[in-house]
Amino acid sequence: MVTAITNFGRSGLYDWLIQRISAVILLAYTLFIVGFIFFSKDFGYVSWSALFDQFWVRLFSLIALLSTVAHAWIGLWSVITDYLTNRMLGTKATLLRILTQTLLGAVALVYTVWGIEILWGI
Amino acid sequence: MLKISIYRYNPDTDSAPYMKDYELDTKGKDLMVLDVLEQLKVQDPSLTFRRSCREGVCGSDGMNISGKNGLACIMPLSQAAPRGKLVLRPLPGLPVVRDLVVDMEQFYSQYKKIEPYLQNDTPAPAIERLQSPEERAKLDGLYECILCACCSTACPSFWWNPDKFIGPAGLLQAYRFLADSRDEATDERLGKLDDPFSVFRCHGIQNCVSVCPKGLNPTRAIGHIRNMLLARAV
Repeated sequence: MVTAITNFGRSGLYDWLIQRISAVILLAYTLFIVGFIFFSKDFGYVSWSALFDQFWVRLFSLIALLSTVAHAWIGLWSVITDYLTNRMLGTKATLLRILTQTLLGAVALVYTVWGIEILWGI
Repeated sequence: MLKISIYRYNPDTDSAPYMKDYELDTKGKDLMVLDVLEQLKVQDPSLTFRRSCREGVCGSDGMNISGKNGLACIMPLSQAAPRGKLVLRPLPGLPVVRDLVVDMEQFYSQYKKIEPYLQNDTPAPAIERLQSPEERAKLDGLYECILCACCSTACPSFWWNPDKFIGPAGLLQAYRFLADSRDEATDERLGKLDDPFSVFRCHGIQNCVSVCPKGLNPTRAIGHIRNMLLARAV
């Protein structure tokens, strides 16, 4: 058993499951948005604004945003723990990894709050 | 005339590893790579490599042959050097002891972690612990592993985290004991694997499958372990 405290959900299985579920949600959201852009008649400000006036579209967008945050956290955590390791860089890697993770966490938090502001501000 | 380029490194005399070129007249025969190495060792006795059974059973002579991990003893030149040029390097990722010989400690310590032996506290019957043919069939494709390390040293996740990720060889053996009807430690075994590194560093790129000299499929075994972890937790 390897201990890790900076991954998304502590357990490897939980991270793996969230990664898959968030990927499916993001695929569905992408198809929905791209489909709307390409297949709606007279696509423009009015139809776009009307789309986001609906509560379920805002909710779907928020779920997609949270999925992005979770998906990015799990994926980037994997990348960081592959390359920014004490084996590769020596003891300074610990500090570097904590700083990188904190930065990623801050960006994720800002995007979430900002996303909610945008979705419910329009 | 076969051209051969071999990774050479003797930590006692060399400051850095280098590639040394050799030539060998194979007399038109489709030799195995190990035969080539044996003949070169006559030319140059300092050339160092591991070998034992010379028939793909012991797993001693795993090495990187023209860019792909494999066993030198069962790899014919027609496959390894179709254009008459053979490049031999040690297995990637592990520390080099000398020339083509690597230190397998990291590989074995991961193998040790999965407790590769049957665990059963039920008193043994008078004869053997019997299995049905169906139960025995579940071990096919798992028990054949010879621990040559070709798969684990072809895996980038193992290169970056050899101290944390069990690696394809270890996980194939982990599943071999999880799938065994005579083993009673399934839950304890799964409990020790449910962290973000041991199993889940596998991203399914299947390098292990493409290099396994015995034609085994560690990625599929890892998928089975994942499904068992999922069934246990959901």
